[in-house]
Amino acid sequence: MVITEPAHSPLDSRSYPDIGDYAVIGDCRTAALVSKYGCIDWLCWPRFDSPSIFAGLLDRERGGYWRISPADSCSIEREYLNGSNVVETRFRTPTGTVALTDLMPVRDGTKSVMVADHEIVRQIACTTGQVEIEIELVPRANYGEKLPPIRDFGKLGIRIENGHGVYWLRSSLPMEIKDSGVWGKATLGAGETLVFSFTYTENAPAVLPALEQIPERIDTCIKWWQGWTAQGQYEGDFRDEVMRSALALKLMIFAPSGAIIAAPTTSLPERIGGGLNWDYRFCWLRDASLTIRALIELGFWVEATTFLDWLLHATRLTQPELRIIYTLYGNRPPKERESDVLRGYRGSRPVRIGNAARDQVQLDVYGEVVDAAAQFAFHGGDLDREMQKVLVGFGDYVVKHWDAPDQGIWEPRTEPRNHTHSRLLCWTALDRLIGLNEKGKLSGIPVEKYKKHAEAIRTQIQQRAWNEKLQSYVSELDGEKVDSSLLLLSWYGFEKPDGPRMRATYRKIRERLSTPEGLLYRSEDLPSEGTFAICSFWEAEYLALGGGTTQQTRDLIKTLTKHRNDLGLYGEEIDAKTGQALGNFPQAFTHVGYIGAALSLMQRETGEQQLAHRPESATPQPSHPKQEA
Amino acid sequence: MNWGSWILSGFIATLALSALLVASQGLRLTRMNVPYMLGTIITPERERARLYGFFAHLLNGWVFSFFYVYIFQARHMVNWWFGLLLGLAHAFVLLTVGMALLPSIHPRMASERKGPTARRQLEPPGFMALNYGYRTPVSIFFAHAAFGAILGSLYHLH
Repeated sequence: MVITEPAHSPLDSRSYPDIGDYAVIGDCRTAALVSKYGCIDWLCWPRFDSPSIFAGLLDRERGGYWRISPADSCSIEREYLNGSNVVETRFRTPTGTVALTDLMPVRDGTKSVMVADHEIVRQIACTTGQVEIEIELVPRANYGEKLPPIRDFGKLGIRIENGHGVYWLRSSLPMEIKDSGVWGKATLGAGETLVFSFTYTENAPAVLPALEQIPERIDTCIKWWQGWTAQGQYEGDFRDEVMRSALALKLMIFAPSGAIIAAPTTSLPERIGGGLNWDYRFCWLRDASLTIRALIELGFWVEATTFLDWLLHATRLTQPELRIIYTLYGNRPPKERESDVLRGYRGSRPVRIGNAARDQVQLDVYGEVVDAAAQFAFHGGDLDREMQKVLVGFGDYVVKHWDAPDQGIWEPRTEPRNHTHSRLLCWTALDRLIGLNEKGKLSGIPVEKYKKHAEAIRTQIQQRAWNEKLQSYVSELDGEKVDSSLLLLSWYGFEKPDGPRMRATYRKIRERLSTPEGLLYRSEDLPSEGTFAICSFWEAEYLALGGGTTQQTRDLIKTLTKHRNDLGLYGEEIDAKTGQALGNFPQAFTHVGYIGAALSLMQRETGEQQLAHRPESATPQPSHPKQEA
Repeated sequence: MNWGSWILSGFIATLALSALLVASQGLRLTRMNVPYMLGTIITPERERARLYGFFAHLLNGWVFSFFYVYIFQARHMVNWWFGLLLGLAHAFVLLTVGMALLPSIHPRMASERKGPTARRQLEPPGFMALNYGYRTPVSIFFAHAAFGAILGSLYHLH
């Protein structure tokens, strides 16, 4: 996608781009955010959850950044190149045009050349006229807390020491060290190019890439991404959008373990100037089921399988009990702390590092993980003996604890309550285990015991989570409020989407939680924040599953598509007034939502089976699109 | 020369040296990774380089232990502190002469004068291997002192 921005002056060091002004680049180990003004404002090396070296996103003056952009006013266009995660930003100035290419080379197992452990490659090429270029690299280690020493090593490059690790900046332009940063300026004529390599190493002598190989390496990286995208099997009407969401999701997968993070950033605010700022660089089990379904049905079996392996094996230290979040290698996330240095995106304080949700209890995670395994098995995957044992352990845990209060899907920092969504997922866990057993995919479960408890949960939800006066399911047992997670009652097969209770609940959600533009807030309880993007995709999927017509689904997906940024990326939330992205960016779960809604729509239109994991009793008879019209 | 004693004590001392060097990396005292540096002489591929380099380092340690043993025999003296002194001397030569010569010998190591090329991309060690972290000389001295001391303790004169 290409858009044209009005001419403007390059940002000064104090102003913040919109959250949606960022592109993400990555190497499936970590990711960096590049603004459309050519500035890398977020980078944590070597992993997603490592301390930052650039955090200008959270403090323009103290966070650190790396800018390459024209000195003059310019208009800007940008796009991801040819189905890849390589971003090209074109700056058009009064005197000429330059194209900036940004990427993190992916390790593809190439054995004939040495490769840097971690690297960002940037190339700026003048295509027409003459353009003056400015380069500033201002490193600030450990979330802006440390000014790392910088030293010029001549032909080897510029070295930035950070404790046990070392950064190397190599450039085809001589750079100058000044004021604890690195600076450069050049005037490029048509056909002239500057290349930059920024690497990080902490376990061995660094590999210092040869600059003359950079153009070839950019092509290699684009081809790698194209090869990956070519595996995608979606053939519906939203192919470009779906594949962009898949590419964004791939960037959140930590290749060495298979874990999937929620987002590569911390503390981008859900309310500008407010305190709803959280660290999302961890793996939430809650996202497992919808994510596995998206990956499998798009044809990305390797990612789905490694993610399921991670889910069942990395969580082993706590099994059968599950925490709600884990680090990339299945450990407990660090204790939450607030940064003393970073002042937050547009003053949104505090900046949090670590996540206190690590201490919460959420009973829904068992259903999410079991359902993910069921998705895998019902699509033809095999559950080995060890996996089966783990799943039965989860089932037994659910039998003992399903009736307990918990913090629920929205993680409010309040006392535990009896959340309908948590009960739904406890029922899902037992129902899927019974289903797996019936289909010969799982043995060794106490079927009658699971059936008895599944029925008890069903009865409780139907009696106490249904509010007769309100004519709707409600967020908490015996409660009076609704939240968007109730849309998932159909997704998990508890209620038929076209059943009277589900339709009535949908109407109530629309009445209480929707905006005039058709977006959804997640809950009535939460403090003022943006609309929650995934909830709108749950709505679209609810419509696609039979709660509405295909035309309604298509219209809603089109509306939601307008709220992506120019590169096709979503944040966690969408500001109802401005349409701007809010919250951590980009958000894996939102992209999973897009993929899910588009898949369900396509499946309904082609008459394919939707959501293989649901019991048949919860699946409406597919109607032909023409009949609906 | 007590060949049997040399083979055994050389092997044990080399294993201890390797373990100490790996530990000092794990403790983040240094980025110097001798197996990786040796292995990249043979292959550019990271994992293979580490594996090949480990065996090359083992062989290397054995060869060097021969010179220690030769000195023990020539001086008719062997004990842990004499071995330790030899180890410190060995480390000093390695850090000064060895590290200075390495970019010329290693086919994939960049030179500070010419910079990296398509083939030579490995960061050179610099004076006393300080490019790999300012605590590198400490870990090298310590590991080699231990190597010599173990050899001096275990070897029996012929």
